[in-house]
Amino acid sequence: MNDRGDIEWSPAGGTPAAWRAGVNADQWLALATTFRNDGARLLALWASDDRACAAYLTGGGLRVAESRVDLGTPEVPSLGDLFPAAARMERAAFDLSGIRVQREDARPWLRHASWPSDFHPLRSGAASPEGFAAASDAYAFVRVAGDGVHEIPVGPVHAGIIEPGHFRFSVVGEKVLRLEERLGYVHKGIERRFRDFNALDAHRLAARVSGDSAVAFSWAYCRALESLAGCEAPARAAWLRGVALELERLANHLGDLGALGNDAGFAFALAQFSRLKEELLRATASAFGQRYLMDFVVPGGVAQDVSVEPGRNLVARLATIDAEVRGMRRIYDDHPGLHDRFSGAGRVEPALAAQLGLTGLAGRASGQRFDLRVDHPFAPYDQAQVRLASDERGDVFARVAVRFEEALESIRLCCAWLDALPSGPIHELLRLPPDDACGYGLIEGWRGPVFVALETGPGGAIRRCHPHDPSWQNWPVLEHAIIGNIVPDFPLMNKSFNLSYSGHDL
Amino acid sequence: MLRTLAKIARIGVVSEPAPAAADELRVRDVLQREIREVLGRALCIRQVDAGSCNGCELEIHALNNPLYSIEGLGIRFVASPRHADLLLVTGPVSVNMETALRRTYEATPDPKLVVAVGDCGCTGGIFGESYASRGRVENVIPVDVAVPGCPPSPTRLLQGILAAISAGR
Repeated sequence: MNDRGDIEWSPAGGTPAAWRAGVNADQWLALATTFRNDGARLLALWASDDRACAAYLTGGGLRVAESRVDLGTPEVPSLGDLFPAAARMERAAFDLSGIRVQREDARPWLRHASWPSDFHPLRSGAASPEGFAAASDAYAFVRVAGDGVHEIPVGPVHAGIIEPGHFRFSVVGEKVLRLEERLGYVHKGIERRFRDFNALDAHRLAARVSGDSAVAFSWAYCRALESLAGCEAPARAAWLRGVALELERLANHLGDLGALGNDAGFAFALAQFSRLKEELLRATASAFGQRYLMDFVVPGGVAQDVSVEPGRNLVARLATIDAEVRGMRRIYDDHPGLHDRFSGAGRVEPALAAQLGLTGLAGRASGQRFDLRVDHPFAPYDQAQVRLASDERGDVFARVAVRFEEALESIRLCCAWLDALPSGPIHELLRLPPDDACGYGLIEGWRGPVFVALETGPGGAIRRCHPHDPSWQNWPVLEHAIIGNIVPDFPLMNKSFNLSYSGHDL
Repeated sequence: MLRTLAKIARIGVVSEPAPAAADELRVRDVLQREIREVLGRALCIRQVDAGSCNGCELEIHALNNPLYSIEGLGIRFVASPRHADLLLVTGPVSVNMETALRRTYEATPDPKLVVAVGDCGCTGGIFGESYASRGRVENVIPVDVAVPGCPPSPTRLLQGILAAISAGR
């Protein structure tokens, strides 16, 4: 901010181009209003002990607003009326950093009863509470009143092999009047843990924010670090990162396509897709040495090269998977039972999706045509001309259709890149990032935009690192998608979004 | 329908033979003989994610695919701890999941087995112990077999599960 009170943006590097600016409380709100009117999207909202930060994605790039707070009464206005997805992020920011947001719903979000309400783990100097026993608390779910209304509590331990969370259904008969989610069960202190790492090592922790998005998070982290250190990964490394990210997308889509068929009673589909996924993972292991590429993306490049023969074998395997996925799509398209279960289930109309900020894959299935690989292409996507998959129907069928399209596009990209990998090094030596600097990384993971904000302290220390999963935006929309549907359709709808608990709970 | 039947016929049975039990994964010397006698190899597993990054869950899911075909070995995943013989627990145990994990353990009928999965389940892993994490599974409930890895492969998981129910050393 300058003397006249204008907002002064300073460039922060990176792709897409990023700017940051300090703002006061009035500007915090005014800026959000301007961005909302201009069609920008809220990417993330987080806090340190002395400021709240909001990252927006505009047509021109990334804008990060930082509002310093008075440490005596740390407070910022709520952005929840402009960007509904901000509400839970603001509650989490209070739990972790003690910055109060002026809002009606002041219930804790990530803090359950397991540590005292005056302990804010991200406040500098906050000592961990000693000997505070785990406890269960009575969370104030919103009650639905009326004749015959009753509640069904589900979780945190679910009936399948799923992450933990609690769903509270208010129903009449089978019909869902309201779903309220309660998350935070797998909160394991990741943001505070980042401070124990040197910036050059913390990509390993970033990869484990949400294991199914390990490549996306480690790449986003490395982009943030590399933009600070003024380093660009060599071309071969960028291409291999692209292959790794598309393999991650493909593996997740294959798993979900099978599970969605299975949840509609078509067990054959699960058998076929889980076989295809296993074949993909084995081919990945032959080429990359790991089934899941947890530690493949490293600062400055990638950890391992892919040699010619295993690369060719992977391309050949991808070609057979491509043919099988196309065959399965014909079977899905012709199957009356699947049509009956998928069509109209869990519909999120495009207008509602835009209002609530539905993002990523689920957003594209509700007409929100955004994909960072297309809109703000980073290497190697800048030369790949990714075909954006989208659908206007907004139901389970649309989310299935988008997955089919994207799986086939991922195969095309992987094969094209593996066939023509540029020669050269796979790694560039990274110097320490400067002290007291902020860098940002943004990657289109398989669920949607994965964002990392990294702030350094002296000598490569991490002062603050905020990893942001698109599940933050999409979890609240699932509560809307289920309204008016029946309880037994919930697993199908939930799977069609397949959101991350760990990536959200941090 | 014809396409579906044709594919079933064309793919055939792809299941692979199971690996041998891996005794080195066993952390408790005294196995519950009773369980082995009662169950033989038929086993019901309740999986509990007590705080994982969901990486281990990806490989646990793979046990159900046609290549590992865990149900073909008489082992299946069940929806309630009350139906379970064995808890397959991933970690680190988050403080917010500690009570739910203890209750799940208590709800599992005796005699019961616990297999801790992944580097985090075995040691607390990269997350360690903190205000929000109790670290390894054994810090919260007794563990019989620990399968390290990040994530452990399905073969390794299967070896660990088989070690829990196979004859002692």
